[in-house]
Amino acid sequence: MIPSAFDYHAPATLPEAVALLARYGDGAKVLSGGQSLLPLLKLRLGQAAHLVDIGRIPGLEYVKEEGKMLRIGGCTRESALEESDVVRTRYPILLDTARVIADPLVRNRATVGGNLAHGDPGNDHPATMLALGAQVVAVGPKGERVIPVDQFFVGLFTTALQPDEILTEIRIPAPPPRSGGAYVKLERKVGDYATAAAAAQLTLSASGAVEQVGIGLTNVGVTPIRATAAEAHLRGKKPDAAAIGEAARLAGQACSPRADRRGTVEYKREMARVMTMRALRKAVERAGGK
Amino acid sequence: MSAHKIELTVNGTARTAEVESRLLLVHLLREVFRLTGTHIGCDTTHCGACTVLLDGKPVKSCTVLAVQASGRQVMTVEGLEQAGKLHPIQEGFTEKHGLQCGYCTPGMMMTGFALLARNRKPTEQEIREAISGNLCRCTGYVNIVKAVQHAAERLQQGA
Repeated sequence: MIPSAFDYHAPATLPEAVALLARYGDGAKVLSGGQSLLPLLKLRLGQAAHLVDIGRIPGLEYVKEEGKMLRIGGCTRESALEESDVVRTRYPILLDTARVIADPLVRNRATVGGNLAHGDPGNDHPATMLALGAQVVAVGPKGERVIPVDQFFVGLFTTALQPDEILTEIRIPAPPPRSGGAYVKLERKVGDYATAAAAAQLTLSASGAVEQVGIGLTNVGVTPIRATAAEAHLRGKKPDAAAIGEAARLAGQACSPRADRRGTVEYKREMARVMTMRALRKAVERAGGK
Repeated sequence: MSAHKIELTVNGTARTAEVESRLLLVHLLREVFRLTGTHIGCDTTHCGACTVLLDGKPVKSCTVLAVQASGRQVMTVEGLEQAGKLHPIQEGFTEKHGLQCGYCTPGMMMTGFALLARNRKPTEQEIREAISGNLCRCTGYVNIVKAVQHAAERLQQGA
């Protein structure tokens, strides 16, 4: 399949890229790894008169911990997350997530920024970033702004990014001691979008109660969902089977899935509950609680 | 619509082409350079029949624009054989009957080649994970895994 014709631009700097986006407005799309955009253009589900390739701008691929933050460059490949020592040792929830995105060949091209900026509720990083309380950095004609991830996902395939803004960095607060997180996904086969998936990140107090918790859900609504009622239920409690069970039930209630070939509404809601339960158990275990 | 002059290295040889923006890498390889060993399977980023190495990493060439490959190194299945001698990964697929129809084989071999370049002694699980983006619809994966293991052994022996 061949996409409809477009002009391709390969700016060498961010200001050049932003200027191109400002010039072409709605007719332009940002090309990063291309693993979502190119299939859309090939299937002609989407069209763009101009592609602005940010893949040749130096300095957008990095993963580093700095000033109590993990900073991930917008064009960082998923495979780079998998190979990153800091991710492997300090952010197992990110490793869980990267490892179940599409397949290894796609992950050699696909970028973390693209996974978020695409605004697809079936993508895996959004739920994890919601659980982690991440921030998204965007650069536009007026400079840089920082968007809390809670405000980033606006609707189906729609984010808070303006047409002339580029996602340049993701910032994740470094987890305090006694923290753990996990991403658990139910998929029909390797490379599939989630039937349902859950991300959970939590911090335990010295006495073993839940001090902080974030829970995000994948592909069970028009946007990725933050399960706030489930989080509120857990806060201040010992994460025992009863507390986790009730939080998972609340997470299941928080979703609004649509029936499709992956299952019925009831089935997906139930799977969101089960995935949340498993993610929470693993997060507690990784935080050093039982 | 825009045309671009691109320069890239394919199997060690510098190549140039004048391409339309929307030309996919797989079409550049097959139709412009006539390297038809790289196959087109699903054309929707699932099957991996079109796998080539881009700067040493296996990618699906149906989901890369030819212009994105400009200035990069591309390796296709035609680059495996050296001076008339099969690469151990090719020998592995022959010896272990790692194919039936052969359609997925170029992609499987490129993924296997890239795996062995970064991991000389992969476990069966690591091989299975590495080829999880390459689909075989004939036989299953048992002999494909054996073919990669055979290549790993031959490489360890210094082949």
